[in-house]
Amino acid sequence: MISASAASANTTTPHGRRALERLRFYLPTVLVAALLLVAWEVAVRFLGIREFLLPKPTSIVQALVDQWPILTSKALSTLRSALGGFALGVGLGLLVALITARWVTLRQAMLPFAIAANSVPIVAFSPILFNWFGPSNPFSWMVIVAVIVFFPVMINAVRGLTLVNPRALELMRSYAASDFKVLVALRIPNALPFVFSALRVATVLSMIGAVVADFFGVDRLTIGKYITQESAAFRFANTWAAILLVSLVGIVFYWLIALIERVAMPWHISVRAQDH
Amino acid sequence: MAEITRQARGTPEDAPGAPVVAVRNASKVFELGGGQTMVALKDINLEVQANEFISLTGPSGCGKSTLLRLIADLLEPTSGDLLVNGKPPRQARLDRDYGFVFQAATLYEWRTVAHNVQLPLEVMGYSPARRAQRAREMLRLVELEQFARHYPWQLSGGMQQRVAIARALAFQPALLLMDEPFGALDEFTRERMNMELLKIWDQTGGTVIFVTHSIAEAVFLSNRVVVMSPRPGQITKVIDIDLPRPRNFETREDPRFFTAVTDVRESLREAYGA
Repeated sequence: MISASAASANTTTPHGRRALERLRFYLPTVLVAALLLVAWEVAVRFLGIREFLLPKPTSIVQALVDQWPILTSKALSTLRSALGGFALGVGLGLLVALITARWVTLRQAMLPFAIAANSVPIVAFSPILFNWFGPSNPFSWMVIVAVIVFFPVMINAVRGLTLVNPRALELMRSYAASDFKVLVALRIPNALPFVFSALRVATVLSMIGAVVADFFGVDRLTIGKYITQESAAFRFANTWAAILLVSLVGIVFYWLIALIERVAMPWHISVRAQDH
Repeated sequence: MAEITRQARGTPEDAPGAPVVAVRNASKVFELGGGQTMVALKDINLEVQANEFISLTGPSGCGKSTLLRLIADLLEPTSGDLLVNGKPPRQARLDRDYGFVFQAATLYEWRTVAHNVQLPLEVMGYSPARRAQRAREMLRLVELEQFARHYPWQLSGGMQQRVAIARALAFQPALLLMDEPFGALDEFTRERMNMELLKIWDQTGGTVIFVTHSIAEAVFLSNRVVVMSPRPGQITKVIDIDLPRPRNFETREDPRFFTAVTDVRESLREAYGA
């Protein structure tokens, strides 16, 4: 940083240079994407691939435009399930992590079960959860998402709260610090990087969970139901458009968490790498 | 600079001449598992007087760090007694009688330099205004004021260790325990840090117990050098260092410096039986 700031002070427009660097960084990705799309379009047009097997990119974009009002309203309902479930799962995951990190015996007793439970394909429980909480109750969707999100958050948070540099703990001991102070000043900041990588994963998981829940729920105004309906009617361009929209929403969600991460951990190595 | 001067809190003002640290027949045995044990320290006797700068030196495994940890109540003796400011080490720790500096700076990477220095003050419930003021004074003392807002990773190893020293002194403990604080630094930086440490000690006063495996460092810094030998960890000899203060670069070229270094080296060799 010392040398980096000195170096950037020499150039007249550090911001302009940074923008240029960023452009050079993303250019290959953009080019590859453009090339793939063109190849796809050309292949479908000239190889006689039928549209219900693989619609042209232009058809998908057309569908996205035509269906925009319907798509967005349904995506909003799905997003609500994803966000609600995310909040619920993350909240519970962190709470359980804090409790188990505090009481070692409890952690040792519970963690094997948590890890075992984590290997269960949770989406398969969806019908059961709908049965418990009601097939059209929005809470059912959120519970399904929460259950999926819970484990990675909980396990990572426990790891972050307990994998603390022994010297850093001894330092606190030398100050005769209370357990609470150690938690607030050392364990929680130590856990932040672990928690944020779990949150990034959880954003993607919550979108997947919400769409899968849509498949099983009886509320018809969701993007998952829209996908099954349009597919059943062989309107696959609409299906693709819906998938595209859900993906975009997922990406935005992911970016949002990444942004919060940057603000919350300006000291972290992942942020340094991007800045310098 | 009056603010920086430690008020010898917890030092035996009421009992002048009483040692700051008294170790009597202390032994430490580690269980290695599988029924095996390792005698890290055997029958250690040592007294450290107020305002003394004393070094513990010896080869790896001689128990010098273990002894420091017993004093700090980071470890408990298997047998024997320790008194720190006339109290059991645990009580001294709870009373925050000492500051501890590790070999690794052990700064909290999510805190800025200034906030790292404030850490002990935060734990001890100082007001935010007083914390900030103390941190400023301490950083001035170690000449890192302009780095207050930097993060630890932006600092060199020597600078990080100076922050660690500032942090250890922030709450004005009368006793400073240092466990090979400059062991990871290169020779040049280490010699400069030695000078800096003496300069700081000059201003703050207090008692320093300093663990090092460098003979030259021990001689340069200390009033007394405690030479230890391994298997089991024992004190072989305690050597008084009569070099004049203030000590500086010329000290290292003083014939008396060489004599003292040779003395320490000889006792280390005797201990090895080589």
